[in-house]
Amino acid sequence: MKRLLPITLLAGVLAAAWHYWPASPRSWSAADIEMLRTLSLDSLGPLPADASNAVADNPLAAELGHALFFDPRMSSNGGISCATCHQPVRRFTDGLQKAQAIGTARRNTPSVVGTAYSPWQYWDGRRDSQWSQALTPLEDPNEHNTDRSQVVALIAADPGYAARYSELFGALPDAGDAEAVNVAFANVGKVLAAYERLLLPGRSRFDEYVAAVQAGDSRHQQALFSADEIVGLQLFIGAANCTQCHNGPLLSNNEFHNTGVISFPGDVPDKGRVAGVREVQANPFNCSGPYSDDRSRACAELEYVRTGPELIGAFRTPSLRNLENTAPFMHAGQLASLFDVLQHYNDAPLAMIGHSELTPLKLRDSELHQLEAFLLTLAAPPATDTKWLRAPAVALAAGRNQRQQQQ
Amino acid sequence: MKKIVMLLALGCLPGIAVADDTAWVSQNGLFVVRYQSPSGPLQINTLHSWLLHIEDPAGAAVAGARVEVSGGMPLHNHGLPTRPRVTAELGDGNYQLDGMRFHMAGSWQVTLVITVDGTTDTVVIALTL
Repeated sequence: MKRLLPITLLAGVLAAAWHYWPASPRSWSAADIEMLRTLSLDSLGPLPADASNAVADNPLAAELGHALFFDPRMSSNGGISCATCHQPVRRFTDGLQKAQAIGTARRNTPSVVGTAYSPWQYWDGRRDSQWSQALTPLEDPNEHNTDRSQVVALIAADPGYAARYSELFGALPDAGDAEAVNVAFANVGKVLAAYERLLLPGRSRFDEYVAAVQAGDSRHQQALFSADEIVGLQLFIGAANCTQCHNGPLLSNNEFHNTGVISFPGDVPDKGRVAGVREVQANPFNCSGPYSDDRSRACAELEYVRTGPELIGAFRTPSLRNLENTAPFMHAGQLASLFDVLQHYNDAPLAMIGHSELTPLKLRDSELHQLEAFLLTLAAPPATDTKWLRAPAVALAAGRNQRQQQQ
Repeated sequence: MKKIVMLLALGCLPGIAVADDTAWVSQNGLFVVRYQSPSGPLQINTLHSWLLHIEDPAGAAVAGARVEVSGGMPLHNHGLPTRPRVTAELGDGNYQLDGMRFHMAGSWQVTLVITVDGTTDTVVIALTL
């Protein structure tokens, strides 16, 4: 028995070493380099046009949208703006499991950065444009808890807003004309979207590293990436299967997948995309609806949208750019840290509803840490003039006046 | 040589850029299908169209076909991310298939259920992205 003890100890030490000893990087193959090219921000094309929003690229609309984004008067208690949950310092997220505004929302606050590239908004894709998304929280009782009449009245009551609005869209509607109020409400979404289109991901250390790999500049590669970060990247495009969904320069295919993320105890399991498809088809502010500026109604995404049993409990693949300072993760913030997320994919638990697409990765702890190290190389400030990342003077003044009136 | 002849034949179709010369034979041998992506090589995450060319085994163009489209990744147990459909018959056995998208690299299957005059046969196109 005594003889067995050292053997058992040795086996234990070896097993622990295997589990925790980090692997070393291998050299990049031509296929690897091609894959890296597809993930680099250099492969990101120009912003896709939004035919449903005639002011999407109008600077005056962006200016008005910027002010409205930060204006807390856009809420029932005068204290909630878009920026309450989409905080620029947290890459336009809020650090909470579920968004907290007037009440508690159902889901985790996703970032706004780069969403102009996605055909679908929200975790379940229940909106098909930035502008139709921007309208939704305004009337959600748990978020801004206001309504379209109040929003339009606010624009009319603020001389600066009213002047900008009129310059963009003509006269504001009479409060009693419900249909005209709907049009003006849609216009509010469109100026908010014109602002949000300016929030774009910035070039990260990862993108610099890819450029160095493409150039064959090994000295620069070593200066940019540690051995752990290289192995993490090699796992990311290899054994960890991450690029099956996190692909393209935004590290997202903008599609919906059931990855078996468990609901919080007491929460009804979230149906995700199957419910989102029904909602986007029925939404009057969708691309083919009467408030869309796309006169051709050539709304291909909506036209060919699909549902199916595999979309039960499926959620949109989030971009992995700028993960730092955005915890907790997943659609209801169920996983507290990036390492927890990686462990989730490694374990691949069964889904509560629908069927998870995951299979266990069987990666070692050291490999998960290397993946985490790589993911943090995607951090970068938005490629956006910093003036857009803070409240404009007009919204600050509006918030100050509102608080003074309440006192 | 056969490949070159096929390429030349497809190249003669009006407005069609040759992308793939594979002839996909239906399960019961009733139809032969070729597909092309006029917008260029297939890429993930891009909504795009296909042009289908349907012939009978003797090489005659098939007119009046109804085509139902489905597909997916068998290894991942999921379907196509979109619901593509044939939107126009262009003549000479050519059909416009719109709303195609693939959202992952890997092995895909696109299944075409073709019905002509009450006779149905199925073509399964395998492709790797």
